[in-house]
Amino acid sequence: MTRVVPDIAPRPVERRGKPQTGGRGSGRGWTVLRPILLAAGAVAFRFPFYYMLIGSLQAEPDTSPAGALPSADLTLGNYRDINERIDLLQSLVNSGIFTGGVILATVVFGVLAGYALARLSFRGRGALFGLVLLVQVVPFQLLLIPLYVLIVRSYGLADSYLGMILPYAINTTAVFVFRQFFLQLPDDLFAAARTDGAGEVRILWSIALPLVRPALLTAVLLTFIGPWNEFLWPFLITKQADMQPLAVSLANYMTNVAARTANPYGAILAGPCVLAAPAVALFVAFQRHFTSTNIGSGVKG
Amino acid sequence: MSGPLSREVSRRGPRRWVAAVLGRHPVGAVLVAPYAVFLALVFAYPFGFAVWISFHDYFFTAPGVPVDRPFVGLANYTAVLGDPAVRQAFGNIIVFLLINVPLTTVLALLLANALNGAIRGRTFLRVAYYVPYVTASVAVVGVWLFLFNSGGLVNKLLGPLAPDPSWLVSEHLAMPTVAVYVAWKQLGFFILLYLAALQNVPNELYESAAVDGASRWQRFRSVTVPAVRPATTLVVIVATITGANLFTEPYLLTGGGGPNGASASPVLLMYQRGIEQAQPDVAAAIGVLLVIGVVVVSLINRRILERP
Repeated sequence: MTRVVPDIAPRPVERRGKPQTGGRGSGRGWTVLRPILLAAGAVAFRFPFYYMLIGSLQAEPDTSPAGALPSADLTLGNYRDINERIDLLQSLVNSGIFTGGVILATVVFGVLAGYALARLSFRGRGALFGLVLLVQVVPFQLLLIPLYVLIVRSYGLADSYLGMILPYAINTTAVFVFRQFFLQLPDDLFAAARTDGAGEVRILWSIALPLVRPALLTAVLLTFIGPWNEFLWPFLITKQADMQPLAVSLANYMTNVAARTANPYGAILAGPCVLAAPAVALFVAFQRHFTSTNIGSGVKG
Repeated sequence: MSGPLSREVSRRGPRRWVAAVLGRHPVGAVLVAPYAVFLALVFAYPFGFAVWISFHDYFFTAPGVPVDRPFVGLANYTAVLGDPAVRQAFGNIIVFLLINVPLTTVLALLLANALNGAIRGRTFLRVAYYVPYVTASVAVVGVWLFLFNSGGLVNKLLGPLAPDPSWLVSEHLAMPTVAVYVAWKQLGFFILLYLAALQNVPNELYESAAVDGASRWQRFRSVTVPAVRPATTLVVIVATITGANLFTEPYLLTGGGGPNGASASPVLLMYQRGIEQAQPDVAAAIGVLLVIGVVVVSLINRRILERP
């Protein structure tokens, strides 16, 4: 099925690009140097994550060079500590509801709008498309204050999931990406379905949607990163601890409480491991969907 | 617009009349309705509202209380421009961008170029470079605090070379450290952009350059760099916009833009003035100025980068 939309399916990065058989003049040095440099870079990029994990498992994180090596006396004490300070489970549930709500709304409304913009002709389509392009250039920081005034003050949605989700509910980039996916499907498919008398909604549901399923997975993965990691907006609108997503309760712990505890870094390293784990696990599990082709088309310009 | 749909137009009867008014697929308007409503409520209206607030004496009130919010012209803007903390924050973000954007662009291009092609352990390498990007900044800030505090691993390894005051509490080093942190954090995304662009560089260009006896470095300079120029423009502009949005890192890494405001960013100031000190009109003016600045910088960047 996925063969119909070759551009969407994940593909290896190295298909074209630089030839690997260096011609004349290609220094032998580079062939040796490149893997070493890349590996050294990769270690530098991974080290903080390793260090975070190992530090979080030490009774009191050790800052000496020896502390960076795994030792036998690892403990989960810091995780117990942070769980006493902030309700990890409740925060994870809040993060989950926020993220889930955003993903659901992004996919449902994004698919509907993307399909209509790609495949249907109706009055106002041109005007809407112009508006979509305009939205792409309005940066979020300008909207910060008015959205705060409207959502918290006027609509009274402070400390609510709806207030958290609302500004992220539809992602214009996602609408663009879905539109692109539907544009790539062959025209004949739609013509045939219409000849057979299928309605537009039915064509979308039983013909177009199954064909772009791999693209949907990529879109869901990419959408996950945004709300799960988002700090500023939920931080602004949640004051009650039991409504805060994990990123917010952790940040509040770091700025307000940590410095006054006996072992500040223990919890500062353990909490982030809990926050990072789902995103990293999802990414590693689905990393082949995380290709340059998929993401290159989804960039906010 | 037309294409496969045009053959349906010739239908007779009332549908034709409907089609003339609403378009061939009126159901399309229903499908985009939620998105259109969302755009109006969450983007278009707040956008206008932000500009309106910045020209008025605006303050928080309980909902439904009628109050006078007089037009004050440019008063909020003069207040903002006369505020040394705001001027410092704009200066800081310029320092941030001058370090962060070139560092991001050069490293992303070099790493993408090195990662492009069949190499041993490609998956391991790719995952390593992308993981900081998919992880929350709030999460990795913790380990950076741990690494870069006065008695942290970095200073222990540097020994007598360790800066005093340390990285995040030094007026001169705080902003550069934040800039390097953000470059490290976001690099994976920009590597992806460059990898996508590198797929479209025709192999023949490299082959003919190799035949001409160009060295690897010469091929990189004369084939790769010009070929990915559109991607470079995109990387520079996206990195500038992301950088101008800086908030989480100064808020958490340097304890709210410290020391003495040396790492405060305009968005941090918007938060402090607008929400903490309840002056949304001043914050809205900072927002408008910031956006104007970003647009101007982006246009200049584009001009320079797209110069033939």
